[in-house]
Amino acid sequence: MTDQAYNFAYLDEQTKRMIRRAILKGIAVPGYQVPFASREMPMPYGWGTGGVQVTAACLTPEDVLKVIDQGADDTTNAVSIRAFFARTAGVATTEATAQASVIQTRHRIPEAPLTEGQILVYQVPIPEPLRFLEPRESETRRMHALEDYGLMHVKLYEDIARHGEIATAYAYPVKVEGRYVMDPSPIPKFDNPKLGGMAAIQLFGAGREQRIYALPPYTRVVSLDFEDHPFVASKADHACDLCGSEVSYLDEVITDDRGSRMFCCSDTDYCAGRRDAGHRGRLSPEEVA
Amino acid sequence: MYVAVKGGERAIEAAHEWLAEERRGDTALPELSVAQIREQMALAVNRVMAEGSLYDPDLAALAIKQARGDLIEAVFLIRAYRTTLPRFGGSEPVDTGAMLPDRRISATFKDVPGGQILGPTFDYTHRLLDFKLMAEGEAPVARRAEPRGEPCPHVLALLDRDGLMEPQTPGEAVPPDLTREPLEMPAGRPLRLQALTRGDEGFVLSMAYSTQRGYGRTHAFVGELRIGRVPVEMEIPELGFAVEIGAVELTECETVNQFTGSKSEPPQFTRGYGLVFGQSERKAISMSLVDRALRWEELGEENSGAPAQDAEFVLYHCDNIQATGFLEHIKLPHYVDFQSELELIRRLRAEALGQREAAQ
Repeated sequence: MTDQAYNFAYLDEQTKRMIRRAILKGIAVPGYQVPFASREMPMPYGWGTGGVQVTAACLTPEDVLKVIDQGADDTTNAVSIRAFFARTAGVATTEATAQASVIQTRHRIPEAPLTEGQILVYQVPIPEPLRFLEPRESETRRMHALEDYGLMHVKLYEDIARHGEIATAYAYPVKVEGRYVMDPSPIPKFDNPKLGGMAAIQLFGAGREQRIYALPPYTRVVSLDFEDHPFVASKADHACDLCGSEVSYLDEVITDDRGSRMFCCSDTDYCAGRRDAGHRGRLSPEEVA
Repeated sequence: MYVAVKGGERAIEAAHEWLAEERRGDTALPELSVAQIREQMALAVNRVMAEGSLYDPDLAALAIKQARGDLIEAVFLIRAYRTTLPRFGGSEPVDTGAMLPDRRISATFKDVPGGQILGPTFDYTHRLLDFKLMAEGEAPVARRAEPRGEPCPHVLALLDRDGLMEPQTPGEAVPPDLTREPLEMPAGRPLRLQALTRGDEGFVLSMAYSTQRGYGRTHAFVGELRIGRVPVEMEIPELGFAVEIGAVELTECETVNQFTGSKSEPPQFTRGYGLVFGQSERKAISMSLVDRALRWEELGEENSGAPAQDAEFVLYHCDNIQATGFLEHIKLPHYVDFQSELELIRRLRAEALGQREAAQ
């Protein structure tokens, strides 16, 4: 049931139009952070207000929405955002990646490849990849305008000098179409290779920071690295204990106070799909029993 | 066998029920009415209206009740409601000089035309707990006097005539709207003032305090502080003239700041300005000090590197709804990020320990 007290997908049409303009500009200039007049939403900043506004501006009554947080459909905030749109837009919701037309995500890209016609909406806390190198917005905007990314390369180089590798495990910066350095939101760097050449539209919304940016389909996206220290998409060196997948990103779960732990897919839909198809992992019930 | 945490939806519903029950508290006691909060917690209501950027005492009182007295949560409720309201247009600038003040003081002159009016202030109360308030007593009644009925012109305007005060230059005809356009730097004074008036009282207070203690000192005197209601007028296009649509209570503070002159400006007094919904004088005074500190550039002053002089620092961090959201979001799940950090730290440790062993 749609809540009649509010407009379709909560935001008024003028606001949605303003957000759509920002999205279109973002798509026209991939990786460029477009300022937009972010609204106060009925959930707090930091809970995904940017993503929620982008999703609200994209949704049509025919859409099928999937919401994930940490890769999972059943985490509390994913449940809450899905319920918000079910209530204010009355759209169908799903947990199946392939059946969704719009997927809002926090911190993960689904394991299953996305297809043309799908939209992936990221929740972004800090859209500025240079922020922790230069706190001033006026200065970072100038750096982007002049393509002045020397500071970032120095930071990556210093990482290698100090640690032997680039010590960034998530929100690993990328370069878009050879032009803008972009923050891919706090996805693990394992997910970075999926950003480039993706068939779906990728939209990034940062509510508190009032920025929207985008990657149109099949955009060239390169994780920053050096020739002698190439980028490596790393994950825990295990297989999923539930479905046996050796290629998915894993959560590590502490199972007792004696150091026992298990690993399982962070993408719950992917894991469930594999188990339904008969795949088994180390701790699958049949083998435990 | 580990089972992934399921049932988030049921947990959320149960949490909301528990919250509602806790909000009501002991049902043996009568429930607080919104009108009681509006009348008897008026300064909290004022703060919620000011930081919520919505002048509606009833809704602010409702928000305080719903938020169990958490004022930042109440501000958030008001902001989220405000953003759904249609925008009919802008009012005419309010004329604070024509205000009939409940309170009006100047710290720079012993007496001023219109007089000094203490009004309902805590200033000279002795802060002794009044245990009589624990019992329900009779309603106190203040003595009455005839209003003087004199005009109360702005005190700083009196200094203006002598050329000792920096001239007030009229700004852009239509100021930008912080709630409709993204805050972009550098921000002009109208935007800065908008951000400060809805900024967190504690943050703005501390920023102002820091200027008094030497971080970007601006030597402020309260030229005038006035509190009272002013009519709000709006021009109706069909009529072609402005009509009064209501009245708001405002606190206005103008500070006078010593200024020894710069390359571009002669020695004169300069201004800091604060204007806040309701009786909110701590906030209005703080705002005027921070406003003055942020004006260093236009006055050709030196940037001493003080936090209160840094517009990006002040404006991007004064909003408590943004701040509390981002701060509290770290309690949301982060296990994917944390997992990637775990792997990184394990790998770096293995390499570091390996190197140490090799060296031994």
